[in-house]
Amino acid sequence: MTGADLTFDVVVVGGGHAGCEAAAAAARCGARTLLLTHKIETIGEMSCNPAIGGVGKGHLVREIDALDGIMARAADAAAIHVKMLNLSKGPAVRGPRAQADRRLYREAVQALLRDQPGLTIMAGGAEGLELDQAGGLAAIITADGQRIRCGAAIITTGTFLRGEIHIGEKRFPAGRVGDAPAIGLALAFERLGLPLARLKTGTPPRLDGRTIDWAALEAQPGDDPPEPLSWMTERITNRQVSCGITATTPETHAIIRANLESSAVYGGRIQGVGPRYCPSIEDKVVRFADRERHQIFLEPEGLDDPTVYPNGISTSLSEAVQEQVVASIPGLTKARILRPGYAIEYDHIDPRALTLALEMREVPRLFLAGQINGTTGYEEAGAQGLMAGINAARRASGGDPDASLTRSEAYIGVLVDDLTLQGVSEPYRMLTARAEHRLSLRADNAGLRLTERGIAWGCVGSERAARHRAFATAVSAALARAATDGASPAALSGFGITVNQDGRRRSVLEVLALPSLALEKIEAAFPWLRDLGPPIRTQLEAEALYAPYLRRQEAERRLLEREEKANIATTLDFDAVDGLSAEMRQRLKAARPATLGAAGRVQGVTPAALAALAVHLRRDAQRFT
Amino acid sequence: MSAADTIYALASGAAAGAVAVLRLSGPGTGEALRGLAGSLPPARRASLRRLRAPDGEILDHALILWFPGPASYTGEDAAELQLHGGRSVIAGVMEALTAAGLREAEPGEFTRRAFLHGKMDLTAAEGIADLVAAETAAQRRQALHQADGGLAKLYGGWAERLARLLAHQEAAIEFAEDGLPTDLDAKARAGAGELRAEIEAHLADARRGELLREGLVFAIIGAPNAGKSSLLNALVGRDAAIVSARAGTTRDIVEARLDLAGVPVTLSDTAGLREAGDEIEAEGIKRAERRAQEAQLVLTVFAADQPPDAETLRWVGPEALVLVNKCDLAPAPAAIAEVPVIAVSAREGIGLATLRDRLAEAALRLTGAGQGNQLTRPRHRAALTEAATLLAEAEGAALPELTAEALRAALFALGRLTGRVGVEEILDIVFRDFCIGK
Repeated sequence: MTGADLTFDVVVVGGGHAGCEAAAAAARCGARTLLLTHKIETIGEMSCNPAIGGVGKGHLVREIDALDGIMARAADAAAIHVKMLNLSKGPAVRGPRAQADRRLYREAVQALLRDQPGLTIMAGGAEGLELDQAGGLAAIITADGQRIRCGAAIITTGTFLRGEIHIGEKRFPAGRVGDAPAIGLALAFERLGLPLARLKTGTPPRLDGRTIDWAALEAQPGDDPPEPLSWMTERITNRQVSCGITATTPETHAIIRANLESSAVYGGRIQGVGPRYCPSIEDKVVRFADRERHQIFLEPEGLDDPTVYPNGISTSLSEAVQEQVVASIPGLTKARILRPGYAIEYDHIDPRALTLALEMREVPRLFLAGQINGTTGYEEAGAQGLMAGINAARRASGGDPDASLTRSEAYIGVLVDDLTLQGVSEPYRMLTARAEHRLSLRADNAGLRLTERGIAWGCVGSERAARHRAFATAVSAALARAATDGASPAALSGFGITVNQDGRRRSVLEVLALPSLALEKIEAAFPWLRDLGPPIRTQLEAEALYAPYLRRQEAERRLLEREEKANIATTLDFDAVDGLSAEMRQRLKAARPATLGAAGRVQGVTPAALAALAVHLRRDAQRFT
Repeated sequence: MSAADTIYALASGAAAGAVAVLRLSGPGTGEALRGLAGSLPPARRASLRRLRAPDGEILDHALILWFPGPASYTGEDAAELQLHGGRSVIAGVMEALTAAGLREAEPGEFTRRAFLHGKMDLTAAEGIADLVAAETAAQRRQALHQADGGLAKLYGGWAERLARLLAHQEAAIEFAEDGLPTDLDAKARAGAGELRAEIEAHLADARRGELLREGLVFAIIGAPNAGKSSLLNALVGRDAAIVSARAGTTRDIVEARLDLAGVPVTLSDTAGLREAGDEIEAEGIKRAERRAQEAQLVLTVFAADQPPDAETLRWVGPEALVLVNKCDLAPAPAAIAEVPVIAVSAREGIGLATLRDRLAEAALRLTGAGQGNQLTRPRHRAALTEAATLLAEAEGAALPELTAEALRAALFALGRLTGRVGVEEILDIVFRDFCIGK
């Protein structure tokens, strides 16, 4: 059916985690938005493990939420097992994670999108891109020939670009089990001369929970009460379930070793690079041959769904071998495999072709977000979708796509900077180690860091804005009081709090910073702390613990600021910079750093190359002044 | 393409000698050689050629060496011309090079280009600069060691260990659920302690390397007319200071350079210590005392025919040398203030050999004689001191992420000496050392 042309401000292609955040964000920013996806019923599908969040990833979810995105709210609506990871460590590295009921999650996402004003959802596949004479994007062409004109488009096709699934020696084209791959778009990208490369990822077999011997296994309960991911969720209402823990055995490893040829990866049928932090069980057995067991978490996929996700045995072994592997694991000896695990190979675009707005440098108005940029994970995808959505809306309304966050402001800033500057050599996952400002970029203060930015960008609704401002005011007041209120060492010892008896009065913040001190004692000394809610208390705790470090980081940041302010013109010819080796030229040309500071972060760029670049920039500046 | 100009410089110093070496570097080197010698000689082989001016006049018969980049000192195309050392020859060749569009290099420009092309790291580049400036054997040894990458290797090794500590700490933070060893945090702290101790030992070098690089200062202190200036003259073997029988002849500081067992030493003769007769003498005495304070070694001088004076006695101690001069006039005591004395006579040359030995011994002790890995610059000391402080912080931090933070900052400080270590290097170690991932 080829109808008359459709026209939208923003078209989002793909209904995964990047596409959903992108469509919702563009619509929140006031753009008339179309979400174009193959199947409306799989919008919001969790195609890999049924969990949202974690260390680093949980930080991203909270940031998405701070900008009024949908992921955290949907996860809360679907949460059946919630855990704050790293609870024994400080607040900066604590990461919230929710196991989600897969169906409830999908339904929550779809409901949030349905309720979003300005957003139209349409079933269909994108096959082509139409450019105008200046080389900018003009329209999306669907599989059935429909032309959709738009002010900007966001492509979020995940692993669907020339996706190919491998199960042992079987291989077939697919975007995900049961879904067709996107070949036409890959060809369109190829015609545009965009840099494509191949990656792979994998999943474990899915098990029938009714055939697992739960009684024989260690159970891991979630937190009680479960802490919501979203600021907008009062509390999680679903029944909470436990996960099971088991592990591989020497027998498992022997089976895998004997059947490595059947693995698509080890049989040499896959060339794409997989993620190191999500290795297949074959990888673990081969690379860490001395280990006798590898832990497996058994994660229920839903309250009414017997499917269990055995996290830790992602594989591309043949189905027959997968059955032997599962049967060799305690508690799973009789477990039935519902769907075999598989490896999927797919194309991604080198994200160094993108600007900080996630717009293609060579094709204005075309944005890319999610796995297509070489990332892995729902949270990484969602974060990119959100930023692309905001910027596409700005672009479509004739403004500048200049909504971006820096590395010192947000994990989202770290993510986008890493992708557009370094590119990827394996599927990119967020880790807190990537954030040099880790102590200030916490999951607990995402709103304080970002919601005002979101309000200015127009992507935050009035309800959240009001809630945020009330909280921010309360936190400032509590911090001010904790900095001024205090007690003498003698008075403190009356509450069982020992400090040097030097007569110097200690502020509440100083007392909170004392190592291993029971909170009850501090509350007894300063009863007003009891009236503060846990979120405010966490802010005080973090401020107390990290203040000296944050001051040093701030000094370090100021030191680097000059480099960050030394702009490199987009037209700079790196060949004309004296003293750069061929390798440095190539690295810098691919990364196209926008500042000297960014150039310094490009992987492999030497201090000598940076010095040469600095000399050149200064010489250039002198020439023009 | 690259707009780098081609440079030349006289590498053999300004003084006329039998042979003068001219060095060329830059993209126009090959063309310049062709212009001078008619054609390019084979690479990296000495060739005897006639050099001609642009008008065809023969300038010299010279040995020329052609080093196509990047396998050259600077990493660029480069060449060396070994000319006959006459001033007119050198001037003629330089003129021809200038006419061919080359320019004379700025000081240090060859080494700077080598650094920019990644031919050496910063500590090695500093070593080259020191090598060129070395006056004595020990200085040369130290500079050569550094230019060879001795320090770079030491500091690079530390940076590598530190990166590993940080990686293990990051693994514990990032992958708490992955069944990693539970003692990672404790091990990272212990490792930080070991590394800190090593860096501190390296720092506790009494500034030996820096002193050798800068040269030592020895000050001669004593009462007027104790014979300090005579002693200085006798030690340097010439009349550097005015000597007279009148007390208080030396009013300002007189300096002379000595090479003691390969260590450069500035020997300072100072005004005699006494109640000052006038303003000028008072200022001289003030300067003498200041110099004695700055000096790495004080030579206190007494006269054998006078009782030890109180002003000079103040400087006697286990760290100072105690000399009794004029031992030809009266017998010298065995010790003054319980410090054994060296009896000398500057006039008669008695005891000077012993004194020279004692001074050389002190010079070697104070500088370490340029052996091994010695800190040579305040820049190194500052970065290492900061790293050691941060490592101590990492050992005692209250939380695992604060240990990681301190380790990261320490690595950043070391990176100023060795180049930056990025997140990817850290992650490489994490995934190499641990089975990560569910």
